[in-house]
Amino acid sequence: MHSLKEMRREFQRAFNISANRVKVAIGLGTCGIAAGGEKVWSAVNEYVENECLDVDIMSTGCLGMCYAEPIMEVHVPGEPRFVYGNVKPDTAVEILERHLKYGRPSPEHIMGQDPRGFKPAPNIVELKDTGFFKSQVKTVLGRCGIIDPEQIVHYIAFGGYEALEKVLSEMSQTEVIEEIKRSGLRGRGGGGFPTGRKWEAAYNSPGPKKYVVCNADEGDPGAFMDRSILEGDPHSLLEGMAICGYAIGADEGYIYVRAEYPLAIKRLRKAIHDAEAMGILGDNILDSGFSFRIRIAAGAGAFVCGEETALMHSIEGKRGMPRVRPPYPAASGLWGKPTNINNVETYANISGIIRRGAGWFSGMGTDNSKGSKVFALTGNIRRTGLAEVPIGISLREVVFEIGGGIQNDRQFKAVQIGGPSGGCIPASHLETPIDYDSLIRLGAMMGSGGLVVMDEDTCMVDVARYFLKFTQEESCGKCTPCREGTMRMLQILERICQGQGRPEDIDTLESLGRVIKSTSLCGLGQSAPNPVLATLRYFRSEYEEHIFNKKCPAGICVELLDIIIDPEKCRGCTLCKNVCPADAIGGERKQPHSIDPEKCIKCQACIMKCPFDAITKG
Amino acid sequence: MCNCGESVRDQRYTALEKTLSKYRHSTGKIIPVLQEIQDIFGYIPTDAIREVSRELKVPSSEIYGVVTFYGQFHLQARGKNIIRVCTGTACHVQGGGKIVEAITGYLGLKDGKMTSDDMMFTLEPVACLGACGMAPVMMVNEDAYGRLTPDEIPAILARYDENRKQGDDEKCIA
Repeated sequence: MHSLKEMRREFQRAFNISANRVKVAIGLGTCGIAAGGEKVWSAVNEYVENECLDVDIMSTGCLGMCYAEPIMEVHVPGEPRFVYGNVKPDTAVEILERHLKYGRPSPEHIMGQDPRGFKPAPNIVELKDTGFFKSQVKTVLGRCGIIDPEQIVHYIAFGGYEALEKVLSEMSQTEVIEEIKRSGLRGRGGGGFPTGRKWEAAYNSPGPKKYVVCNADEGDPGAFMDRSILEGDPHSLLEGMAICGYAIGADEGYIYVRAEYPLAIKRLRKAIHDAEAMGILGDNILDSGFSFRIRIAAGAGAFVCGEETALMHSIEGKRGMPRVRPPYPAASGLWGKPTNINNVETYANISGIIRRGAGWFSGMGTDNSKGSKVFALTGNIRRTGLAEVPIGISLREVVFEIGGGIQNDRQFKAVQIGGPSGGCIPASHLETPIDYDSLIRLGAMMGSGGLVVMDEDTCMVDVARYFLKFTQEESCGKCTPCREGTMRMLQILERICQGQGRPEDIDTLESLGRVIKSTSLCGLGQSAPNPVLATLRYFRSEYEEHIFNKKCPAGICVELLDIIIDPEKCRGCTLCKNVCPADAIGGERKQPHSIDPEKCIKCQACIMKCPFDAITKG
Repeated sequence: MCNCGESVRDQRYTALEKTLSKYRHSTGKIIPVLQEIQDIFGYIPTDAIREVSRELKVPSSEIYGVVTFYGQFHLQARGKNIIRVCTGTACHVQGGGKIVEAITGYLGLKDGKMTSDDMMFTLEPVACLGACGMAPVMMVNEDAYGRLTPDEIPAILARYDENRKQGDDEKCIA
């Protein structure tokens, strides 16, 4: 049992020694790569090699600042850590040239500095004071973007596996469960069931063979915090699962990862391999007598597999269809054995709770929702990314303080929370604290924490149609209300968007929605009508506008658009006439043109072509 | 299975045999087996289903049920390059639909067809790639592209298009 403590000291020493060297870190999570991080990586490597610089180049996970990717950090010994954003290969070289050769941080691309106890550079904002980080707490994401996720020694040097060591050497199974119960941690995957109680139920289930399952099938469009943890700090998940295994008496764990996350799977494989090689996973962990192995099951593309019983069917190699509960997984789960199932973010919270105590954790949050939660900020917002905040912070703070408000100076219209199971919350409820119970009262739900911000140019009927199309396609077909009901709702919404809505449609949508919610078998069906019911609750007039006036106020539903040329602005340049694929535009050269509404197919090619902004839709 | 005699038997079937022998005695491994088969062939050929059924002692109806349940498995041959374009919420509100249009336009896809006639590309709209902060996003094979605009699409796809060979490296960002 001494070995890990000694190792940690040694790794910390090694880390401190490397802190005496110049380090350049580049964010290479999927976001960083999509923004061009790998090109920056090669350019930096080439530069360092050509200039024969003595510099460590390190790849890290995601700092959460998607809006600023690709991100490059420069650490010079004795100086603050400087974070640069929106770096391109050539600008990266310019920055390094200026920063490393002449010792001057480059002001143009700097996002902020982190003094780390050293004297801050003048005129450069500290990262923690920037709008994006000011209200954030970094606990689950604390190591993401700081350590190299493929180096187990980095994780250990930053306190990793200390909680597992503590649990194995000085805590009984029930003490671990009590600690988690006291912390007030609730499942971060959507439902918000108290984690400690779930563990207790699995612990109390009799049987020699039990399983720990991690739901990493992050299927909600708009949520990517689990991917960030898997890619940026995979060992924190492994540690949480091992602690759970010890607490409930399981010796085997499965991580069910969606196939759309190839980089996450690769990093998890390496993490498991490295942990086994060091005796932190596998047989007789750290000489404690406790054995725990973790396997990876790659999903095959089915949203419903995020439902726990469907997920376990999928691991067993079957069609991923949900079944009736009870029995709950704690009594009969994977291969009929008692099973505890939580999602990635939930497990990633465990080591912090054990290490710093339940009291520390429950000090954050509200009465019924403790701790911090990671939200994914996306959509029409200035600063997209991942933000970890204490639960209970208001939506306004997240959208406007952290996210910086709406992009392109447009007006805020709604924020969609909770993915296809959630709802749209309008501006009038922006002061609502984000916690499990307040959101349900508004007809939305916490879900996995995806926040898609929508501006005034978003059509709420179109958004509802989009979600119904999604759930309709992903319905597994097992139970009739979900299979047939979502199809009917989708047909009605499509009709409304095409200008063929009927006066009774709103009532039909509402009654269908109620039936589907109360009679579907699993969470997918029970929550599928939420996007429609929530938009009907807050944006009913938009539906009425579509149905009765055949107008789409946001100008999104193509069939309801009128495309008109303003004769005052038109100079008769004929550009629009030439680009029109339907031959719908007429008029002589140098005379105002006009559009024949019968022929117009509303492709809007003319709007994009017109140099005088003379063509408008409405 | 091809009929041109054992001696020139498709190499892919040798790989298939290897995969099957690896999983012969395991239960609950249908999905990993099918994933490997799809890696070998690019899709799931019907005769491969029969072989899996024989080796793993699972009825072929059950395997067919699994293949058709999951979006990842395909029963038809697909193009050489797979374009996975994200249709998730964040991409939807950031104009992902226009990206899909630009791709279908470039590839000349019509009437719901997803594979180009020259078998160079298959378009696969997916629910969410999890890079929502970069919306709109697509992946061509393993390469991720973010913050896309429709006019960038032809240049990006041309890089993968052996039949056109006019790749513009400048547009590649990953």
